[in-house]
Amino acid sequence: MLAYIFRRLLYALPILIGVNLITFALFFIVNTPDDMARMQLGVKRVTPEAIEKWKLDRGYDKPLFVNAAAGGVGTLTDTIFFEKSVRMFVGDFGRADDGRDIAREIKARMWPSLAIALPTFILGLFVTVSLALLLAFFRATALDFWGVVLCVALMSISGLFYIIGGQYLIAKVWKLVPISGFGDGLDAWRFLILPVFIGVVSGIGSSTRWYRTIFLEEVSKDYVRTARAKGLAETVVFFRHILRNAMIPILTGVVVVIPLLFMGSLLTESFFGIPGLGSYTIDAINAQDFAVVRSMVFIGSVLYIVGLILTDISYTLVDPRIRFS
Amino acid sequence: MLQVKDLRLGFASGERTLLAVDGISFAIARGETFALLGESGCGKSATAQGLMRLLPTAGRIVGGSVQLDGEELLARSEAEMRAYRGGRMAMIFQEPATSLNPVLTVGRQIGEVLERHRGLRGEAARARMLDLLRQVGIADPERRLDEYPFQLSGGMKQRVMIAIALAGEPELLIADEPTTALDVTVQAQILDLLAQLQAERGMGMLLITHDLGVVARMAHRIGVMYAGELVEVASREEFFTTPRHPYTQALFAALPDMTRRGMALTTIPGQVPSLAAMPAGCRFADRCPLVMPVCREQSPAWREAQPGHAVRCHWQGAQAAPAVVSSVADALPSGQAPLLDVADLKVHFPIRKGILQRTVGHVHAVDGVSLAISPGRTLALVGESGCGKTTVGKALLQLIRPTAGSVRLAGEELTGLSGRDLRAARRQLQMIFQDPFASLNPRLRIGEIIAEGMTALGVGGDAAAAVRALLQQVGLPDDAAERFPHEFSGGQRQRIAIARALAVQPALLVCDEPTSALDVSVQAQILNLLKTLQGELGVAYLFITHNFAVVEYLAHDVAVMYLGRIVERGSADEVLGNPRHPYTQALLSAVPVPRLDGAGERIRLPGETPSPAKPPSGCHFHPRCPQATEVCRERYPDGKTLSDTHVAVCHWVN
Amino acid sequence: MSDFQIVVLWSDILVWLLLAAGIGLGLLISRSPPLLAAWRRVGASRPGMASATVLLAFVLVGLLDSLHYRPALESQPGEQTQYAIEVLSVLDALVGPLRTENEKTYSSPLATHLHAKETTEVPGVGTVREFPRLKFGGVHLDDPAQRGGDVAMTALRAVGLAALVWLALAALVAARCGGWAAVWRGRTRFAWNAVLATLGAMLLVLLPVFLLAGDYHVFGTDKVGQDVLYQILKSVRTALIIGLVTTLVMLPLAVVLGIVAGYFRGWVDDLIQYLYTVLNSIPGVLLIAAAVLMMQVVIDTHPEWFATAAERADLRLLALCFILGITSWTGLCRLLRGETLKLRELEYIQAAQAFGVSNWRIILRHILPNLMHIVIIALVMDFSGLVLAEAVLSYVGIGVDPTMTSFGTMINNARMELGREPVVWWSLAAAFSAMFILVLAANLFADAVRDAFDPRAA
Ligand SMILES: Nc1ncnc2c1ncn2[C@@H]1O[C@H](COP(=O)(O)OP(=O)(O)OP(=O)(O)O)[C@@H](O)[C@H]1O
Ligand code: SF4
Ligand code: SF4
Ligand SMILES: [Mg+2]
Repeated sequence: MLAYIFRRLLYALPILIGVNLITFALFFIVNTPDDMARMQLGVKRVTPEAIEKWKLDRGYDKPLFVNAAAGGVGTLTDTIFFEKSVRMFVGDFGRADDGRDIAREIKARMWPSLAIALPTFILGLFVTVSLALLLAFFRATALDFWGVVLCVALMSISGLFYIIGGQYLIAKVWKLVPISGFGDGLDAWRFLILPVFIGVVSGIGSSTRWYRTIFLEEVSKDYVRTARAKGLAETVVFFRHILRNAMIPILTGVVVVIPLLFMGSLLTESFFGIPGLGSYTIDAINAQDFAVVRSMVFIGSVLYIVGLILTDISYTLVDPRIRFS
Repeated sequence: MLQVKDLRLGFASGERTLLAVDGISFAIARGETFALLGESGCGKSATAQGLMRLLPTAGRIVGGSVQLDGEELLARSEAEMRAYRGGRMAMIFQEPATSLNPVLTVGRQIGEVLERHRGLRGEAARARMLDLLRQVGIADPERRLDEYPFQLSGGMKQRVMIAIALAGEPELLIADEPTTALDVTVQAQILDLLAQLQAERGMGMLLITHDLGVVARMAHRIGVMYAGELVEVASREEFFTTPRHPYTQALFAALPDMTRRGMALTTIPGQVPSLAAMPAGCRFADRCPLVMPVCREQSPAWREAQPGHAVRCHWQGAQAAPAVVSSVADALPSGQAPLLDVADLKVHFPIRKGILQRTVGHVHAVDGVSLAISPGRTLALVGESGCGKTTVGKALLQLIRPTAGSVRLAGEELTGLSGRDLRAARRQLQMIFQDPFASLNPRLRIGEIIAEGMTALGVGGDAAAAVRALLQQVGLPDDAAERFPHEFSGGQRQRIAIARALAVQPALLVCDEPTSALDVSVQAQILNLLKTLQGELGVAYLFITHNFAVVEYLAHDVAVMYLGRIVERGSADEVLGNPRHPYTQALLSAVPVPRLDGAGERIRLPGETPSPAKPPSGCHFHPRCPQATEVCRERYPDGKTLSDTHVAVCHWVN
Repeated sequence: MSDFQIVVLWSDILVWLLLAAGIGLGLLISRSPPLLAAWRRVGASRPGMASATVLLAFVLVGLLDSLHYRPALESQPGEQTQYAIEVLSVLDALVGPLRTENEKTYSSPLATHLHAKETTEVPGVGTVREFPRLKFGGVHLDDPAQRGGDVAMTALRAVGLAALVWLALAALVAARCGGWAAVWRGRTRFAWNAVLATLGAMLLVLLPVFLLAGDYHVFGTDKVGQDVLYQILKSVRTALIIGLVTTLVMLPLAVVLGIVAGYFRGWVDDLIQYLYTVLNSIPGVLLIAAAVLMMQVVIDTHPEWFATAAERADLRLLALCFILGITSWTGLCRLLRGETLKLRELEYIQAAQAFGVSNWRIILRHILPNLMHIVIIALVMDFSGLVLAEAVLSYVGIGVDPTMTSFGTMINNARMELGREPVVWWSLAAAFSAMFILVLAANLFADAVRDAFDPRAA
């Protein structure tokens, strides 16, 4: 198993390198550092000196790939590519525009993100799988029909509406929970209820419908007929036979996102004032802090690749066909 | 024991319910096997599922009565019905590969039934399961109990299905085409097993099949279904000596076998009427050679021809006048220079593993095959599934590049050809595929499909006229050219595929199981067509099949394949009449014969074909061979020449 | 000298090209019976046709909004005509007053007074704080108290008109399709009953809205006094462009790469798989954010490229579509690759190979047509997702140009309004409702299309 994971990790390396190259091209080749400086400084303050200073502050004054002047190893290492891209592989993300160390910031902010994303994920999965099971169980009845109609309606509502509407109704009109903010330690739960609730509700439509399709696909398989021919009750058929098989495709979609939970959600966090990675990213985007955006892109891909590996591993746990061959 | 009266089942389609089974009645006694025989789509499976009340979602029970020992099943509530399913009545299905739950162990799947119907758990249940697995002939049951279905071979899966069915100690076993998906030698094992278990337990059995051979082997009484109705019920003896219904007689007449060589097979014209447009009178009227005016007006009533032999037909005679059989011109004599000469052909597929896709071994799909076909003759390549038949065909056409060996067509070497040279060679060599539904592009018109080869290979001339001529040649109307594949039935599609291949006037046609997806009556049409075309055009066939009846009828020469190698070859008379290789002998004796006297001495092979990824040492056949000795385990035998044409590859043939 | 100068924006070209492509595809489909049969099934689906009717209305608005011009400014005879810097569309011309009749700030739907009190000087009384009358909304009323009656009367007249129009349409359909009974019982091949019912509902809602819009701000006005109804109408085009042009970018990439990878396998396949795994592994929003930020830099540092603000906004919109397309082709590509892998093993492909038909011809004749249903399903399924995505992206600040009206910018501008006392809810409510109707219709239509085209669902 360990050898397997190790090989999987090796395979992930070229992908990370690809991501790294793409981001580098996007951030440093599409526009030159001079262009970026000019835009950030605004039209009025653009002087050659200001641009030079801006670049120096960020370490963008070096050559892109080859620094002939530095000599020795420095020819390759004392460059933007090495400093800004290669060093990401060892967890060095440099500093944000406000001078803070990005890696430290990320470490501090991922916990609030996780505090929201994890309960949302688990509750959401539980709720949507149960609902989908219910619809599939009562397939081709009025319950199923209207359930699907409701799902389509729910998934046609903008995610922004769930947040804005939910916040207004629950926190402002009914005053059940605080509108936004975040607390330390156990105190945090009061602030978590609303975003988690909204997160779960906004996912119901599309996920339920998707899982229902998966269940229905399984329902039509031959082994289900065999199970019925044994005289098993419909509930047993569903829980013992169908659910287990349907878990395999459901897992593919679900396990990948687990590591990404650390990244939090952009919208939820910015609306509820949660000091997590999502709001960090949004702030960086609004402030056009390229270093932070670049770091988040990199971390996002790392987490996604970890998710892929976890998916493979989880397959071997649920699917005997893979476990034993 | 089981009494079915006037059962009617339908499928909801839009606002209407189309009757798939329209009023059938029969009874099964304890210890009796009742076979339900019919072509595809006639409602056999629907009947079986209806008895268990396990119809698919669209299915409806419209009326009738099903009584098990006098208890009316159709009146039971769903919950009560569950006590019958898997308990007093059990069912096995056609596809063992998909009918078992892939993520549960064999033990759990059997255990469920024991728990549900016999209240057994824990140790007691386990002991019973081991017992059951032993009864269905599974070796090493302790290990198998904890395995998953994918770790078992096809035959073993079906054995497990049977064990599941037996676990509830059923009085009635319903078997829906239990051996259709299996190889002949495995089919023989499973049929033996079913017959033996039934005799031991005195179960009633409803056996659903389309195979007259299986019927002859297993049934006590037989019901013939046509278009949702039973048309004839008779005992086995009556059925095989004096079939009464014109449809039954036509089925027998359409069977290919040795005695009909050189003659055209009798076919049933037309098709089964669709559910939506059932004729009012006799449903067979449009295809019946004996049709009378009354047949079209009045649905015939049951008539007792003999005690225990009932027919639904207006016609009162006993045996239909033998249909005029026209003979078809037979092939050129052998002895000419071979058209196709294959020497030591090998196709190995790499097995890749891991992320870097390293090659960890090879599947020896074809492992040194040599054969020759003379112009205008038919060579049948016979073998069980997975032995590499299809791969040989594709390698000949260079659709799969051979790993080694030579393929010479009219003296020209094909391996290694490419581009223009290969295209030129392809005019000589074409293929017809097994699945008539996958072999025609659903998005193209028939005319375009047939003309495709002509344009690609630059066959000149008036394409439209050529297409018309071809359609006529394969017996399709002219206007077919403008239509799309979905408008045609399986048999018609196979005719289109033949027309497409003939369009480039090949000298050799590779036919890969062209009739195995078709019903007997349609198969007869296609075989007749192939035979006629051979007479007219002098095409040679490489006929790939597992059906010995077809081989007997059609082939001039036969080659038998086992695990990527040819084990015996010779003229049809030599190989079929005097088989010398133990495998050929076993294969021939495993084929169920649709005659009363079919039950001759049988050779039963144990086990199943091993994987071509790691073939056994020495003679590949030794683990299953009844005559194997020490030398067989060590050394692969050389071919022994028995006559000019007859060769068998076995140590013990001389 | 004409009264206007035609302006052709890049996105206009694409919109009309799309329309032409749609018509062309329709003609092509009518020659291929299997596809035609599938579309007939869509046509017979009642939810499908009801939603298609709604979608058509949206498309009509979008098309009208895609014919641009610059009006001539007042000029002395003999002088060179000057054209306004502002780019207008046919839609603007049609709804005329909606665009120009701006109030000072917020006013609620159908209001006659502003939403906030203002201090005004009343001669003889001194300064008072009161809700001032609107400049345009309900000015024809002598006494604001008459508003209720006036609105009711106008609405009633509109409903009557709607009924008449609808009856005329229904009679026309019934006459052509074999009578009332056949239409209502659903015995027509085309789901006319659903279309008529939807049309009826739409007429009942839209006619009163538009009749009232002459005298009132039916959905109120926003912070700068602009009519919300007008903004909704303008947002439609943005949403349609995002939803349609993006697929135009994505489609060729996904189709070509997917088929090539699946058909040729080997190193080509490895390369393409690597490419989409890499793209896929960057979380979508972040990739879009990074790309949009960079695009912004390009646009901001090259102001000389754009003659008008409309042109800049337009190009930014297209760039956004492009970025969305580049980041979203991977899913469809993987799907098509998998399907091609299956198709290439099918016997009719092998038969073609046995004839020596060239690979590209096999792809064109045998593979592509048999993937068409997947492509069509993906097209309609993606549309609604893209419309929703636009709102989120604009909200985050990486969407369309802030000067361009879209559902996202509307929501973004109104984000703080629910916090005001008293609440200003109409902008948000109107934007969300319009978006909901559009997306719901798109989703229902997509479902109908999927059911009709998916061979498994049949
Ligand atoms: N789920 C279904 N919905 C609609 N019609 C169906 C369905 N299943 C079967 N039918 C129709 O019912 C009829 C009987 O089908 P059935 O499966 O019983 O035939 P069969 O004799 O077992 O055929 P085969 O030899 O191919 O297994 C056919 O015409 C078939 O098209
Ligand atoms: S009833 Fe008439 S048509 Fe039907 S099988 Fe008998 S003879 Fe033929
Ligand atoms: S060589 Fe031996 S094992 Fe092989 S077939 Fe002959 S007797 Fe059997
Ligand atoms: Mg069947």
